[in-house]
Amino acid sequence: MEFLYYFGDVFTPINFGLLLLGTIGGLILGATPGLSPTMAVALLIPFTFQLQAAQGLILLGAAYTSTVAGGAVSAILLKIPGAPANIATTLDGHTMAQKGEGAKALQISFLASAVGGVFGVLLLIFLTPVLAKWALAFGPSHLFWLAILGVTVIGSLDSKSVVKGLLSGCIGLWLATIGFDDIMGAQRFIFHPSLGGGINIIAALIGLFAIPQVITMFAKGRKGDGAEVLKVQKHPISGAFKELFRNKRAMGIGTAVGSVIGLIPGVGGQIAGLVAYDQSKKFSPDRDKFGTGHPEGVIAAESANNAMVGPSLVPLLTLSIPGSPTAAVLLGGLLIHGIFPGTDLFDNHPDVAWTFINSMLIGQILMCIFGLYVAGLAAKVAQVPQSVMAAVVLGLAVFGSYSVQSSMGDVYVMASLGVMMYFLERFGFSAAPLVLGLILGPIAEANFIQGSMIANATDGLAPYFLGGPLNIFLIAVVIASVAYSAYMELRTKRYTSKEEILA
Amino acid sequence: MKKLLAGAAIALTAMTGASFADGHANYPERPIMMMVSYGAGGATDFQARIVTMTAGNEDALGMPIAILNKPGAGGRVGWNWLAGQAEADGYTLGAYNIPHFIAQSIKGGVEYSRDSFEPIANWGADPAVFVVSKDSEFNSMTDVVDFAKANPGKLTFSGAGLFVGHHIAALQLEKAAGVKMAYIPTKGGGAAAMKAVIANEVMGGVNNLSDAFRAREAGNVKILGVFDLERNAFMEDVPTLMEQGFDVDNASVNFRGIMVPKGTPQGIIDKLAETVPTMFENSRVAGKMKAGGSPMHIMNRQEVLDMWEARETTLKELLAGL
Repeated sequence: MEFLYYFGDVFTPINFGLLLLGTIGGLILGATPGLSPTMAVALLIPFTFQLQAAQGLILLGAAYTSTVAGGAVSAILLKIPGAPANIATTLDGHTMAQKGEGAKALQISFLASAVGGVFGVLLLIFLTPVLAKWALAFGPSHLFWLAILGVTVIGSLDSKSVVKGLLSGCIGLWLATIGFDDIMGAQRFIFHPSLGGGINIIAALIGLFAIPQVITMFAKGRKGDGAEVLKVQKHPISGAFKELFRNKRAMGIGTAVGSVIGLIPGVGGQIAGLVAYDQSKKFSPDRDKFGTGHPEGVIAAESANNAMVGPSLVPLLTLSIPGSPTAAVLLGGLLIHGIFPGTDLFDNHPDVAWTFINSMLIGQILMCIFGLYVAGLAAKVAQVPQSVMAAVVLGLAVFGSYSVQSSMGDVYVMASLGVMMYFLERFGFSAAPLVLGLILGPIAEANFIQGSMIANATDGLAPYFLGGPLNIFLIAVVIASVAYSAYMELRTKRYTSKEEILA
Repeated sequence: MKKLLAGAAIALTAMTGASFADGHANYPERPIMMMVSYGAGGATDFQARIVTMTAGNEDALGMPIAILNKPGAGGRVGWNWLAGQAEADGYTLGAYNIPHFIAQSIKGGVEYSRDSFEPIANWGADPAVFVVSKDSEFNSMTDVVDFAKANPGKLTFSGAGLFVGHHIAALQLEKAAGVKMAYIPTKGGGAAAMKAVIANEVMGGVNNLSDAFRAREAGNVKILGVFDLERNAFMEDVPTLMEQGFDVDNASVNFRGIMVPKGTPQGIIDKLAETVPTMFENSRVAGKMKAGGSPMHIMNRQEVLDMWEARETTLKELLAGL
């Protein structure tokens, strides 16, 4: 209960001012395509040089929580996921916005974010020692199976045909091999210097999701201009609360999956949203409505990606190991003040540690209030005529992919992947499985190589990858997941017909 | 509009002409950019931001230095960019990591070598150390080597990748002790390698002194030896490998400093080489570096030139068999 004692510190005028600044600034940064939470926090680090340790961390903590939630804004309104965490939000969120339900989608996404986020931070407060052990339990073999579990999601994710889903997943897996491989330093498929570092995931996200839309909008031309303008439905906030309570299952699955997966160093944040989306789809009686603008999808994805925020900091705060890129940036913010995460932090600087954690708790709630306040206004974006919208989205796409590492190379990557995706979409492929392949490829590969090197030096491949309770559990989940997909496929007779392939 | 542009172009040419004429006495006239080839939040980025924070002071350069991150492929992306695409006008600096970029250029597949860059000054030296988890049975390097001798190729130990300081240290250890061990390169840098040690996925690991110091403070690891010529001020109690009877020098020490692409005007190089070391000596910089657990080691341009050359010779020999 020590954290309650430090609650007062959050509400001193300067600290609270910084918290507000971090939250609102974070929402705006998060809503800007290309500015991922990691980037936003890194941008703020120099400002914390001048502040006291606790104040600096309040700013960083608030910015971290609200950029994650802010990413939903561009995902819903523009179909540009600001970070990998928001990919799943586009699937139903953007479809809702296209139907004129943008305000509703934003409101439920902020509410779900706040619920998931508060739960995640509470886990961080009460269960840190237990969670730290859990985070360490995942070795290379477990991470490999976890990535394979992600691959089983590919087929069923947002695609009319399982075969096409798997095919686009494979394209993603291939794209992931481009560049210098991180472990051996071998060069693969580098036919242009800007591909040397591999395909940047943020640039790829922007290209794959935004560019096909832009081309479609331009292709429509100016005919029918005005007639197409949507009516944006007003949506009362109380309605959003009701919607949330109606979907307790999605909420629960999202929060649980987000906080469990978010904990795992190096993997969690990227796939939490997608796995939660897929799981709530499998458990939902309305699974056919997923992908057509169904609130459950938004709730599952957004509660998961914010529930991940608290647990993702556990390895950093207890073991002094940054488990995610954002945590690595936060580590810098602590070190600059001479504070070492770990026992030193909680024993000698409890004021800093608890004020930081409390600010994330309050930040979640402030973010939700502010988000709900502007949701109605922001949803009006859908009324912008398509010809104008296409230009704006294109501009944001170029800006966003350039700003990731100030490199034109990323803009070319974004543009070429986008054009490729436009044609793939015409043939019924979709972007989400492709991106999942792109994310999971390196995780599976690196952990397999690393695991096999350890295994070869010790007790051999089979015992290393197939032995141990956690490995067996994960393999069982993989088999169950595949079996379930196959069963559903047979039951609904959703096999791929010849017409569908040709379509 | 065209006239305006033409006018601006002429003015610009005139300005550059002027700066050439006066031997770069006015340099720098605008903010400077420094490329860091690792991501925001990493040790190199973190230290680069601290050592350049006083650049805008009157007694330093008088102009701020902005950090530009170009991460990817263990630093290759950033250094390729600096060697091939960056403008050699003195307004684009780069941070170097030795032995990384020299080792990579020996391995090949990159567009740079030692001759592509001109060093300015060195700010830090982060030696590699050998760590084991806190409940490990190993208590000295002799224990580690004895185990490796009894079980050839079975002792697993992690490090941050191939052709980086950790890998060089591993090769040196194997050579000096005459044993075969299983070096496991991790993806995700020193943090991932450290996690593997703490979680007992591997039996030991090579890691950065600064990170190992933090992990030891947190009570997670034991540090068995320093891959350097002398003990380090951060951990006086840890002996060097030389003291424990293994002939390992400082070839794996991760030196960090500032360089410029080849072709930068000599006047500017001289001016930077004169000013930058004093900028590193600033007491605010030293204070922040110490607080973050980052060992400083200031060297001037000539010392760095000698160090680069010596390092290239050692590394060529060490990497010859790979």
